[in-house]
Amino acid sequence: MIVEIGHFALALALGVAFVQALVPLWGVARGDRTLASVGPAAAITCFLLVAASFAALTAAYVRSDFSVENVVANSHSAQPLIYKLTSTWGNHEGSMLLWVLILTLFGALVALSRRSLPVRLRAGALAAQGWVTVAFLAFTLLTSNPFRRMIPAPAEGNDLNPILQDLGLAIHPPLLYVGYVGFSITYAFAVAALIDGRIDAVWARAVRPWTLLAWVFLTLGIAMGSYWAYYELGWGGWWFWDPVENASLMPWLAGTALIHSTVVMEKRDALKVWTILLAILTFSLSLLGTFIVRSGVLTSVHSFASDPQRGLFILAILVFFVGGSLALFAWRAPLLRQGGLFAPVSREGALVVNNVFIATSCATVFIGTLYPLVLEMATGDKISVGPPFFNATFVPVLVPLLLLLPIGQSLAWKRGDLLGAAQRTVWAFGLGILASVALLAVFRGGPVLAPLGIGLGVFLVAGAAFDLGERVVARASGVSAIWSRAVGLPRSAWGTALAHAGVGLSVIGIAAAAWSTEAIGVLKPGERLTSGRYTITLEAISPRTGPNFREEVARFQLSSGDRALGAIEAGKRVYIARNMPTTEAGIRTDGLSQAYVSLGEPQGDGGIAVRLYDKPLILLIWIGAIVMALGGALSLTDRRFRLAAPRRAAPARIVAQPAE
Amino acid sequence: MTATQQPLPATRRRMTRKQRRLMLIGGAGLVLCVAAGLVLVAMRDSIVFFYGPTEIVEKGLTPGTRMRLGGLVEKGSLARGPGQKISFAVTDSKTTMTISYEGLLPDLFREGQGVVTEGVFEGAGRFKADSVLAKHDETYMPREVADTLKKQGHWQPGGAPANTPAKP
Repeated sequence: MIVEIGHFALALALGVAFVQALVPLWGVARGDRTLASVGPAAAITCFLLVAASFAALTAAYVRSDFSVENVVANSHSAQPLIYKLTSTWGNHEGSMLLWVLILTLFGALVALSRRSLPVRLRAGALAAQGWVTVAFLAFTLLTSNPFRRMIPAPAEGNDLNPILQDLGLAIHPPLLYVGYVGFSITYAFAVAALIDGRIDAVWARAVRPWTLLAWVFLTLGIAMGSYWAYYELGWGGWWFWDPVENASLMPWLAGTALIHSTVVMEKRDALKVWTILLAILTFSLSLLGTFIVRSGVLTSVHSFASDPQRGLFILAILVFFVGGSLALFAWRAPLLRQGGLFAPVSREGALVVNNVFIATSCATVFIGTLYPLVLEMATGDKISVGPPFFNATFVPVLVPLLLLLPIGQSLAWKRGDLLGAAQRTVWAFGLGILASVALLAVFRGGPVLAPLGIGLGVFLVAGAAFDLGERVVARASGVSAIWSRAVGLPRSAWGTALAHAGVGLSVIGIAAAAWSTEAIGVLKPGERLTSGRYTITLEAISPRTGPNFREEVARFQLSSGDRALGAIEAGKRVYIARNMPTTEAGIRTDGLSQAYVSLGEPQGDGGIAVRLYDKPLILLIWIGAIVMALGGALSLTDRRFRLAAPRRAAPARIVAQPAE
Repeated sequence: MTATQQPLPATRRRMTRKQRRLMLIGGAGLVLCVAAGLVLVAMRDSIVFFYGPTEIVEKGLTPGTRMRLGGLVEKGSLARGPGQKISFAVTDSKTTMTISYEGLLPDLFREGQGVVTEGVFEGAGRFKADSVLAKHDETYMPREVADTLKKQGHWQPGGAPANTPAKP
């Protein structure tokens, strides 16, 4: 019964979404305020219905209701409760329902937000959001219905794919989806602005919190996914330039450009047309990502069973929303009042440089990801574009941007002083050089790129710290003055510095990967294996039984030089329902570094194949991402995004920039 | 416009709107050109083609070519040599290649199932792989492998375990 209610609620939501998509626009066109204000009520109702539907599916999973086809295919009664819950979105149908849930959640949040939005803008945005909701609800109901019954009901389910039975998976998709789907709001606002034909700082201030929110979650989602792949897949890699990974990286890059360009628009009323285009492109890339992941057109290590027919449906959605919005853009953008131009050497000029580089790097990822598809359609040749391509294109485009970042950050608005900015960053730059030289001297003959990359990371972190210091300490005397300046500094300034320092931390972690080492050996109890700084000694191999798996666990003693670091366990599991093996890596965190052990096949002579990695400073990659997200979250709490921000007069309040 | 109303230092000549716009477009164009150059060079040097065993023979590929090779792991062909050395045969049921590989195999590597390997073709039906690609789902068949098998007319879509419910 619950399942039918969920199904019905989902169908009802489709009807409400139609109302949300049509009525507000009609109201705006007729100048009828009552009709125009139907949007918020419809958006909230739609969310409640989808939430009820999602709850119904979750209930079916928790109670192991094997009369539902989706539950049979992806759950098992012996699963721990937490994985019964996460099974809800650990499959195609359920994850589409989660997609729609988050889509409607954002619609409801816009409807509920107390910020004073122009009526036409809110109505237009909710209508555009409504159209996206209609499309994905129709997709879910028509091709991926999670509520299909199975008669007769089998006694037991097929279990969730074992590598998804993990806490990382519990968190990763919801985070990623909030990010992915959150950009739909930015898209909706862009479409609304195009329909309305008016776009100004008010628009930018309305859109920026949503963009930041989506970006924060997407950052966390990608970082979580990367860490999950690192420890779950057992080969110690954290990024493979795989199509599915690129699918999430592209919206992230476009979103990063977008949060920077909206600042320019908000403060200087410039870059309007570009920002609108970027808002459209960001969500288009999210849709493209959904298409790549769901259709299986590109071969990916992360591919799960995929269905070309569903792919076609998503392709139709993709073409409609991307094509439609771009056509609208081509038609309406020339009518938008152009903003002011500005001096090349200024904060806004630096942000344009940021946008140029990030957009270009995004384009290289786009080409590398889709080129195999185009080539195969054109010539029938099958190719794979792997890490060498991206290392040779993406990295060279991004490095100059990172080198310019601290300088741009310390430029003033309107008319910056390049020499002054260079002087302010020279200490940070010196620290970076010092770090590089010191590391080069210590690790003579090692990889050169690692010390250089770490120097760049140090430059970024120090640049962010010095920039803050300059604003807080340099122009205040006495502790109380420093404190009041620190408190008085806008939260967004703290957020910016934090996010940029996070980029630096990630860069350090990525660069240090050049020093990671790997050793493979066959060990019998008592034998040892050394890789880099770490040595493991195999103690024993013993069997163990979990709730829905059998496991062979190898227990090692880990040491680094004379330091004993205790026991570390790595396992090889076989999940009984699917008879599917997984590798459980043994990971020991040592400061910011990790020792990583994974097991291979048992050999005939009582030994077992073992792989040991020394991963120096690897945690910084994800810590950096978390710091970036914290920076974004801090910006989100900035005063001007809370309550009803004063309109148009706001730029006058931005006082804490370095005065020239 | 606000930006142009600021008094500028006498030493610096005021740039016209047109000049500023040109500078912006020129700068962006330069970055794009450099990136396009990088992409073209990388396309030439770091792209790996995918072949099935029969294609390698038919196209008369020269030994030493780097490529991805995909097909089914032949039943009973997996042999573990000394240390981590492994060899197995990949077939599309018409041609068979012997793969040599050193390292750990992914969890879902099984005889009779699809596999994709990357490495160097050594000639005479031998292939030296430096990576064997993993996958996440036991019913998932790499698309290239499916196409290769279809080409040789040996493709049964029902490769999934029998207890999996039929897809709608």
